[in-house]
Amino acid sequence: MATITDPVVRAHKREVIDKAVLRFCGDSGDGMQITGSQFTNTVALYGNDLATFPDYPAEIRAPAGTLPGVSGFQIQFSSSDVFTPGDSVDVLVAMNPAALKTNIKDLKTNGILIVNSDAFLEADLRKADVTSNPLEDHSLDGYRLFSVGLERLTRSALAELGLDAKSMDRCKNFFALGMCYWLYNRTMDLTYKWIDDKFKTKPLLVEANKLAMRAGYNYCEATEAFQVSYEIPPAKLTPGTYRNLSGNQALAIGFVAASKKSNLPLFLGSYPITPASDILHELSMYKNFGVMTFQAEDEIAAITSAIGAAYSGCLSLTTTSGPGMALKTEAMGLAIMVELPLVICDIQRGGPSTGLPTKTEQADLLQAMFGRNSEAPIPVLAPSTPGDCFWIAVEACRIALKYMIPVIILSDGYLANGAEPWRIPNVDEVPGIDVKFATDPVGFLPYKRDPQTLARPWAIPGTPGLEHRIGGIEKQDITGNVNYEPMNHEKMVRIRAAKVEGIAQDIPEVIPAGDPDGDLLIVAWGSTYGSITAGMKAARAKGHRIGHVHLRHLNPLPRNLGEVLGRYKQILVPEMNMGQLSMILRAKFLVDAQGYNKIQGQPFKQAEIEAKIEEILG
Amino acid sequence: MTTATLPVLTKKDFQTDQEVRWCPGCGDYAILSAVQSVFPELGIPREKFVVISGIGCSSRFPYYMNTFGFHTIHGRAPAVATGVKIAHPELEVWVATGDGDSLAIGGNHTIHMLRRNVGIKVLMFNNKIYGLTKGQYSPTSEFGKKTKSTPFGTADRPFNPLALVIGADTSFVARSVDVFQQHMKETLRKTAAHSGSAYVEILQNCNIFNDGAWFDLTEKEARSEHVVQLEHGKPLIYGKNRDKGIRLNGMELEVVHLGNGNGLTEKDVLVHDEHHPNPAYAFLLAQMEEKPGFPTPIGVLRSWDRDRYEDVMAKQIQDVVAKKGPGDLSKLLRSGDTWEVR
Repeated sequence: MATITDPVVRAHKREVIDKAVLRFCGDSGDGMQITGSQFTNTVALYGNDLATFPDYPAEIRAPAGTLPGVSGFQIQFSSSDVFTPGDSVDVLVAMNPAALKTNIKDLKTNGILIVNSDAFLEADLRKADVTSNPLEDHSLDGYRLFSVGLERLTRSALAELGLDAKSMDRCKNFFALGMCYWLYNRTMDLTYKWIDDKFKTKPLLVEANKLAMRAGYNYCEATEAFQVSYEIPPAKLTPGTYRNLSGNQALAIGFVAASKKSNLPLFLGSYPITPASDILHELSMYKNFGVMTFQAEDEIAAITSAIGAAYSGCLSLTTTSGPGMALKTEAMGLAIMVELPLVICDIQRGGPSTGLPTKTEQADLLQAMFGRNSEAPIPVLAPSTPGDCFWIAVEACRIALKYMIPVIILSDGYLANGAEPWRIPNVDEVPGIDVKFATDPVGFLPYKRDPQTLARPWAIPGTPGLEHRIGGIEKQDITGNVNYEPMNHEKMVRIRAAKVEGIAQDIPEVIPAGDPDGDLLIVAWGSTYGSITAGMKAARAKGHRIGHVHLRHLNPLPRNLGEVLGRYKQILVPEMNMGQLSMILRAKFLVDAQGYNKIQGQPFKQAEIEAKIEEILG
Repeated sequence: MTTATLPVLTKKDFQTDQEVRWCPGCGDYAILSAVQSVFPELGIPREKFVVISGIGCSSRFPYYMNTFGFHTIHGRAPAVATGVKIAHPELEVWVATGDGDSLAIGGNHTIHMLRRNVGIKVLMFNNKIYGLTKGQYSPTSEFGKKTKSTPFGTADRPFNPLALVIGADTSFVARSVDVFQQHMKETLRKTAAHSGSAYVEILQNCNIFNDGAWFDLTEKEARSEHVVQLEHGKPLIYGKNRDKGIRLNGMELEVVHLGNGNGLTEKDVLVHDEHHPNPAYAFLLAQMEEKPGFPTPIGVLRSWDRDRYEDVMAKQIQDVVAKKGPGDLSKLLRSGDTWEVR
C-alpha cells in the first residue's frame, strides 16, 4: 500500500485568454436576460471591457419551446478593447431544442456547447420542428458538447427546500449561470447580492436561487467534464470610475443632466413602444429631479403635450420608435413653425409598419430628414455607442435650446438595450447650457431673431407684457403675425433652412479614425460603430490606408466633410438600411458613395465588414 | 396692512389689433365679445391667460385675444393645453375649438383630457358643420343632412356632445348659445370659477354654410318654448307662460303641463341639482334635445369636484423630493454598481 501522499492533481487547468463570447439562449420564460445581465455586471465589475447584445423575441410569451419564443443574450468580454458583442460564439448555453436550433449556427467550430438535456424529449423536439434528437444523432460532433440535465440537477440541489417542481425548475438558469462563473473564474458575490435584493420578500426563493447557482459552480468543479477553465484579465481602460450602462439608460441620465445644466424642468411626453419604453420607465423614477413624465393617450398627444410644455418654458422631450415618428410628423412641423425647443428620440427598429419590434435597424434617417410636409428641416443627431447616448442627449438639448428648434436623436434597438462599461464623467465635465427667457416688453417681438443663431425669443406664458400669439400658419418675420404674402413665405422658408445650416458652425469638424487619407473611407452612423472599428483593423494591418468617419451630426453635416471625402479613393457606407446616408452623401457631395446594406434586424458582424473591405480593395 | 391691487382690466385690454376675419354675421363674434367681457372681471392678471386652439373657424379665436395664445394643429389643442397645465398649473388655460376639431379628429384627446380632469376650460363652438373647409358634415350634423361631402345625405347619427363628455366623467358640463349674450357671460363666469376640466358647448350659427341650424331654439318665439334654462336649486320650468316642466318618471324624463286642470304644479317638477352624484342624471338632461317634444337644456348640467391631474402629478413630485431629497446629479451618474480603473 502506497504511503506517499500524491499531490492534489487538479482535474482541470486554468488558461489565460484575451477574450470570449458567451451566449445564453432559451425560452422567453427561462430567464436568459437575467442570466446574461448578471454575468455582464460581474465581468464589468471585474474590469473587463465588454459589449452586449440582448436579442428579444417579439412575443411576450410565445408557446413554450417554440421557435418564435427563443430569447437570447450575448456578451463579448475581454482584457483589450471590445467594440462588438462578437461575430461568433465561444460558449453557447442552450436551454431547449428551439434555442439550439436557432443559435447553433453562430457557435464556433469546437466551441463549448452546454445543453439542457432534460428539455430534449420527444414533445420538446416536435415543438421546435426538429425530427431527430441532436444530442444523439452526432450532428453536434463538431462542438464540445456538455449535455447537462439542468432540471434534474437543480431539483436535487433544492430538494430540501420543499418547493414545488415548477418553482425549482425556474431556478435552473442560475445553475447555468453558476456553471459559467466557474468556466470563467468569476466570483458569484455580485449575483448573491442581487438575489438578496430581488427576492427579499421571498427568503425561500433567495435560498433556492443561491443554492442553484452554487450547485452549478460545484458541478463543474466536481465533475471532470470541463478540463479547462478560463481567465480573462481586466482590461486597461482609461482610469476613472466606471459603471455599466445601456443606451436607453444613458439617454435618460443625459436628459436629466441637461435639465440640471440648463436649470430647466424636464418634461417627457411619451407613449409605450418597443424599444423606447425603458426611457419613459427610467425618467419616471427621477421625480426627485422634478422630472415630469406624462404617459399620454397616444403618440400624438405625447409630442403635442411636450410642445405645450416647451411653450411654457420646459426642456421638453418625446421618445418613440419608427411607427411613432410617423404619427408625430405633423406635430414636428408645428414645432418647426413655432420655433420651440423640443428633443425627439427615435429608437429605430425593423420596419416598415409594425415590422420587427425587437430587432434593430437604422432605416429612419430619410424619414428624420424629410418626413414632414413641405420644407421642414430639423437637426438630426445619432449616438454611436450606448455610452455615447449620454453625450448625444446633452448635445441635442443644447442645440434645441440655443436655436429654439426641435431636434431628432436617431438611436436604435441595439444601442438601446446593449450595454458597455462607461467612464462616469464629473458633473463639471458636462457642459453648462445657458438659457434666457424674454422678460422685457420694450422692443419685444415674437420673431425678432438673434442675429447669430437666428433663434427667436423664448417668451413664456405668465410673463407680463409679452402676450403674443403663435401658431402653425405662416408668419411675417419679426412680428410673427399671420402672413400669406409670397415673398414673405420664401423668406421664411429660407430663414428656417438657414437656421439649421448655421448649426454647422457650432459643431466640431470631423477627424477620421485610422488613416487621414488613402484607399478607402468608411462613412457611417449609429450602432455600426463597433463592427466597423473592429472590422477595419485587419485590412489596415495588411497595409491598406483606411479612414473611418462616424457621423454623430447628420443634419447639418460637419462643415469639412466634403473635403475629407475627397481625400480617399473610394467611399464605403455600411448601413442597416437600403442606402440612406449614402443617398444623402451622393446628393450633397456628388461622390460615388458605395453602400453596404444589411437589413436583417441584426447588427453587422466584424467579419462582414472585413470581407467587404477585402472585396473592395482586393 | 396693504393689499396689492391688480390693475383693473377692461374688455379693451383683451382685444388685439388684428382685423377680425370671420364672415359678417358669424356667431363667433358674439362669443368673442362675451369672453372679452368676462375675462377682465375674473381678477386674474392678463399674462396668466393662455388661449389654445386647434384648426377651424373656432380656432382663429386666439388671434383676437390679447393674451398668450397658441394656434396649434387640428384636434390637438387639449393635448397641447395639458402640457402647458402640467408645466404651469397656475396658468389660466382655455381652449377654443369646434365640433369637428373637438369631436372628430380631436375626440381622443378630448375624452382623455376630461377623464384626467386637467384644469382646462374648453369652449366648443358647435355649428354642426365644417365651416373653414367650406361645408362638409361634422360629427354633430343630423342624420341624412345633405352637404358638400354627403350630397345624398349623411349615413351616420351624430354625437350628443354633452352626453359624450358626461360619459368621460367631466367635472363641469354646460351649454350656452351664441345669441344669448347674457346667458353666455353667466355661463362663462361659472366656467371660470370651476377649478377642474370644463366642457362648454356653445351652439353657434354658421350663417354661410349652415344658416339656421339652431333657429328652432333661438328665434324669439322659439326660445321660451324650446329651451329650458337650468339653474341649480330651481325647478325645470319653461314656456312663455311658465306652464311646462320636466319631471322624472322612473328612469325617464317627461314633459308635464302645469295648471291645466291635471293638478300638477311647480312642486311636481324636477329641481335641478348641478352636483347630483350620479352622472346618469346629467346624462338624462343631455339626452333631452334628441327627444321630440322636449326642450333643449342650457346652463350648467353638471358640476362636481375631483382631483386635478396636474395637482396629483405635482404632489407626487413634492412627495418624492421630500422623501429622497432633491436630485443630486453626481449621485445619479454614479448610481448602480461602479468600479475603479486606476
